[in-house]
Amino acid sequence: MTEEPLVRWDWIARNWANGGPTAISALLENHVVMAFLPVLFGLVVALPLGLACVRWRWLYQPTAALMNVTYSLPSLVLFSIFLSVTGLTRSTVVIPLTFFALAVLIPAVVDGLASVPDPVRQSAVAMGFRPARRLLRVELPVAVPVVLAGLRVATVSSISLVSVGALIGQGGLGNLFIDGWQRQFYTPIVVGIVLIVLLAVLADGLLVLAQRLLTPWSRARRTA
Amino acid sequence: MITFEDVTKRYRDGTVAVDDLSLEVPTGAITVFVGPSGCGKTTSLRMINRMIDATSGRITLDGQDVREIDPPTLRRGIGYVIQQAGLFPHRKIVDNVATVPYLLGWSKKKARTRAMELLELVGLDPGLAGRYPFQLSGGQQQRVGVARALAADPPVLLMDEPFSAVDPIVRASLQDELLRLQSELRKTIVFVTHDIDEAVKLGDTVAVMRVGGRLAQMAGPATLLTEPADDFVREFLGRDRGIRRLSFISAKEVRLSPSPSDLVTDEDGRALGWRTADGLAAHGTFNPETDSLRVALDAALLSPNGTAVAVDEEGRVRGVAGRDAIDELLAEYAPPAAGRAPGGSSGGSSSGAGDSEGAPA
Ligand SMILES: Nc1ncnc2c1ncn2[C@@H]1O[C@H](COP(=O)(O)OP(=O)(O)OP(=O)(O)O)[C@@H](O)[C@H]1O
Ligand SMILES: [Mg+2]
Repeated sequence: MTEEPLVRWDWIARNWANGGPTAISALLENHVVMAFLPVLFGLVVALPLGLACVRWRWLYQPTAALMNVTYSLPSLVLFSIFLSVTGLTRSTVVIPLTFFALAVLIPAVVDGLASVPDPVRQSAVAMGFRPARRLLRVELPVAVPVVLAGLRVATVSSISLVSVGALIGQGGLGNLFIDGWQRQFYTPIVVGIVLIVLLAVLADGLLVLAQRLLTPWSRARRTA
Repeated sequence: MITFEDVTKRYRDGTVAVDDLSLEVPTGAITVFVGPSGCGKTTSLRMINRMIDATSGRITLDGQDVREIDPPTLRRGIGYVIQQAGLFPHRKIVDNVATVPYLLGWSKKKARTRAMELLELVGLDPGLAGRYPFQLSGGQQQRVGVARALAADPPVLLMDEPFSAVDPIVRASLQDELLRLQSELRKTIVFVTHDIDEAVKLGDTVAVMRVGGRLAQMAGPATLLTEPADDFVREFLGRDRGIRRLSFISAKEVRLSPSPSDLVTDEDGRALGWRTADGLAAHGTFNPETDSLRVALDAALLSPNGTAVAVDEEGRVRGVAGRDAIDELLAEYAPPAAGRAPGGSSGGSSSGAGDSEGAPA
């Protein structure tokens, strides 16, 4: 009996694009979609909700508390709750992950707006900005670095959390883990881990790049 | 002209920041609000552009009650400068300066052209236009703040401790710059500070406020130094009032004598020093056209023989003034003694050795 190698390249070659739903490339694509949709939805919801929390202070405490409780729930629990509603579909993974993203992004939006220095806000008022324009042209742009920092955390954790969906067959690259464990066959596991890490590094890198392009004025960049 | 008529501001927590304030801010001059921390200076200032609304009383701008004007519209016509500059960190310097023109709907090109003019006006290198605020020093940021406030050429300028966060040397140059600008622009400026020296230097009129937002005295700086209304004002003005007051008397009237033979000059007529047995001794100079009596007295004190050298712009000697000549003028400008005896004597005791205005007569 020959020793099983850690990685069998021929397996990768055969399974990269075999046309079926279990092809590595198909899983990768699935993973990307399932990881990014929650972040996107999260951002779309977190912006108005974060603004509302800044506008009506009393809203923030309960919202933050709710989000933290959600965050502390094991993702599996959340998946099983939605399983009964949305079945074995992508939504069962995407919806809970959206809540996780919100738990990071709402505070990021609130903290971002709080990071706008008081003199900046006051001089905007003093120069005659009306509230909506002040928000769009001054406060939100100045909040961008803090919001982007939250977005990086949300994105990377979303990419890693998608794998848990493998338990209901919707885990993107996470499906490779189950496949590997069931067969005591390491190659898919290694491929899954490597691709997920690469994906996370790539996404984070893109966000850092976006930050540099969007906020050339940020002092933090110089020291980073 | 800006008028405060019985203006009171009571905050929600019950703090009375400004109490029944009535005063007039004349057009085209610098009016300084000065007083200890928490006396209501910022509150008073912000009621003018309605960042804060008065609880009672009214404030008018050229006769119109500010409460009848939509706040953003009102504010676009009033320049505002604050201590921390408050520049927009995400906008380049040129766009920071062009903020109000943009708000007023000017074209980008016109607004930027105007911004470049202003950078020059406040003495900034146009090369800084493309930088972001974090790439500027505190003093430069403050100049940008002034340029931004002036961008749409508002007739009124409100300045809240604009120079307090920079070091003394930069502060002095910013103050000189403001005076130079004002001699050209003739804006109606309300300037808030807690620094009495700054108030006396910049103000055409100085309003001294006491805690609780009450007006203690409003007067020109020279009058303030000579005739403080009460002990609070006297104490706030601090020591050396007698000497500091000389800054407001021109040295023009100092009687000059011909230059004596022991004053050594070069071939252009510039003074080199006093001839003494041990060689040349130091001399002090003043320009009667531009300097104050304080400078003349200082020049006299710097010379071993107590004689100040009067020079013209090029530094050429025009004559000399001995202490007797300076004394004559001092006597002429002695503060009024009659009828102010009680104030004068208590002033002598409370403000110490520097205060000698009661003595000569
Ligand atoms: N929003 C507010 N709510 C309650 N009290 C306030 C508020 N703003 C200012 N005050 C109080 O009103 C008084 C006057 O404040 P203001 O800021 O006008 O003083 P100031 O003369 O500008 O002081 P400083 O020199 O320290 O800037 C202070 O006692 C201050 O604590
Ligand atoms: Mg203040």
